[in-house]
Amino acid sequence: MKPPPFQYHDPKTLAEAVGLLGTLDNAKLLAGGQSLMPMLNMRFVLPDHVIDLNLVEGMAGIKETDGVLEIGAMTRQRELEFSDLVAAKCPLLHQALMHVGHRQTRNRGTIGGSLCHLDPAAELVTVCMAHDATIAVAGPGGTREIAFADFPAGYLTPAIELNEIVTAIRIPVWPAGHKAAFIEFSRRHGDFAIVSAAALLQIDGGRITRASLTIGGVAVAPVRATEVEQAIVGQAPTSELFAKVCESCRSFEAMADIHASAEYRQHLAVVLARRALEKAADLADNAPWNRAH
Amino acid sequence: MEMTDKRTITVSVNGTKHTKEVPVRITLADFIRYELGLTGTHLGCEHGVCGACTILLDGRSARSCLMLAVQADGHEVLTVEGIAPGPDALHPLQEAFRDNHGLQCGFCTPGMLTTLLEFLGDNPDPTEQEVRVAISGNLCRCTGYQGIVLAALDAAKRMKAGRA
Ligand SMILES: Cc1cc2nc3c(=O)[nH]c(=O)nc-3n(C[C@@H](O)[C@H](O)[C@H](O)COP(=O)(O)OP(=O)(O)OC[C@H]3O[C@@H](n4cnc5c(N)ncnc54)[C@H](O)[C@@H]3O)c2cc1C
Ligand code: FES
Ligand code: FES
Repeated sequence: MKPPPFQYHDPKTLAEAVGLLGTLDNAKLLAGGQSLMPMLNMRFVLPDHVIDLNLVEGMAGIKETDGVLEIGAMTRQRELEFSDLVAAKCPLLHQALMHVGHRQTRNRGTIGGSLCHLDPAAELVTVCMAHDATIAVAGPGGTREIAFADFPAGYLTPAIELNEIVTAIRIPVWPAGHKAAFIEFSRRHGDFAIVSAAALLQIDGGRITRASLTIGGVAVAPVRATEVEQAIVGQAPTSELFAKVCESCRSFEAMADIHASAEYRQHLAVVLARRALEKAADLADNAPWNRAH
Repeated sequence: MEMTDKRTITVSVNGTKHTKEVPVRITLADFIRYELGLTGTHLGCEHGVCGACTILLDGRSARSCLMLAVQADGHEVLTVEGIAPGPDALHPLQEAFRDNHGLQCGFCTPGMLTTLLEFLGDNPDPTEQEVRVAISGNLCRCTGYQGIVLAALDAAKRMKAGRA
């Protein structure tokens, strides 16, 4: 259980990192190491070169400009967890972070690393899908932006080239007063979710005026429940409405693995979708199915 | 490829600076155990799951099996050996573990202590539930966690009294 031999590089600038990644064969970027180091220790990956991003200037930080939260790829999950700006502007991200691993892993793990590792059940991936985030990448040919819907290319595979580095995540912020809820089902606290649900609602004058509902862990990448989103906009939020429309989540194509069957994941998708919407709309405590009998 | 790519690093461990040439692929955990001989930092899984190898890096808890030794160059590491104020004294957190049956075999203890040392700094007055979440990344095969939770809550009181 030791990492295989490799050569180690610790560039200080993004240009240097891009240069190394573009010229070295079989190189791997190292961010927080909370997914890559286990894979090295278990020899699931055998890179000839490891390019450590931890000393690269200017790749970490959180700021808001014109309604967009811009987060450097190397920003640690801990910084996001304790950020007042994130808690105020993007409560969904704040809630989701409390489910990401443990304090020890969040102290090292980065947002960019989590998105690039792209575990189907990773909470931060679900949040980016829910918020229609944009991913900024840099490569030898310059920089480009990728809409998050196009970011997952397959299982554990982001749609970036081998010579590209994710530099920042841009999250369009919802208006003040919007409602957010992130919930998940996992076997133990701090585990990856088996299935998770992220809900964003804007409610004006007793009616839902905007909705985003995302289910993580069911397929290789989180899916937006667009049918539910469309069905609830214009309606008054009620537990009965949510229960009725969330039934459509049972038709999601679902994976099966050692943790859960496809049918069970579909069942969780239906239940967690409804609960996330109820929680976002402050209905959870009074939902008929949650009242004491 | 050169099999033994090496680098010279300087790491402060428990207040003492160590300068050593190390293979770039060795983990911080192996550096602490084999290069420095500080075997209090335990290795249970070497892939980030058990928490036994937890150390503090610049005051922040981290799994030393998931860091390269070269990444600690220029940083400060605290291991379980550095928690007590002196050779004949225990830290209040350690006293609380002793008095509340917070350990049996002791394998998980170094990771529990370093984890809780940071946690009680972040949250000096935690609830039982918060303590349980704080140690959720540390596995213990012996105690059933009850004694550890009691020890952490007791330690919070002792540390507060110590500051007053
Ligand atoms: C015990 C434990 C529990 C965990 N629980 C959870 C959990 O509940 N939920 C969860 O989501 N995660 C969980 N994780 C994983 C999470 O902690 C990691 O932070 C995350 O998956 C990877 O982020 P990282 O910064 O550590 O990246 P690394 O491990 O350093 O890298 C991950 C991958 O992304 C690539 N990469 C990293 N940065 C970039 C970049 N800027 N551009 C291009 N490629 C890049 C790397 O080359 C590598 O392939 C857990 C980990 C552990 C050890
Ligand atoms: S040995 Fe590091 S977490 Fe288990
Ligand atoms: S005391 Fe034995 S593992 Fe915790």
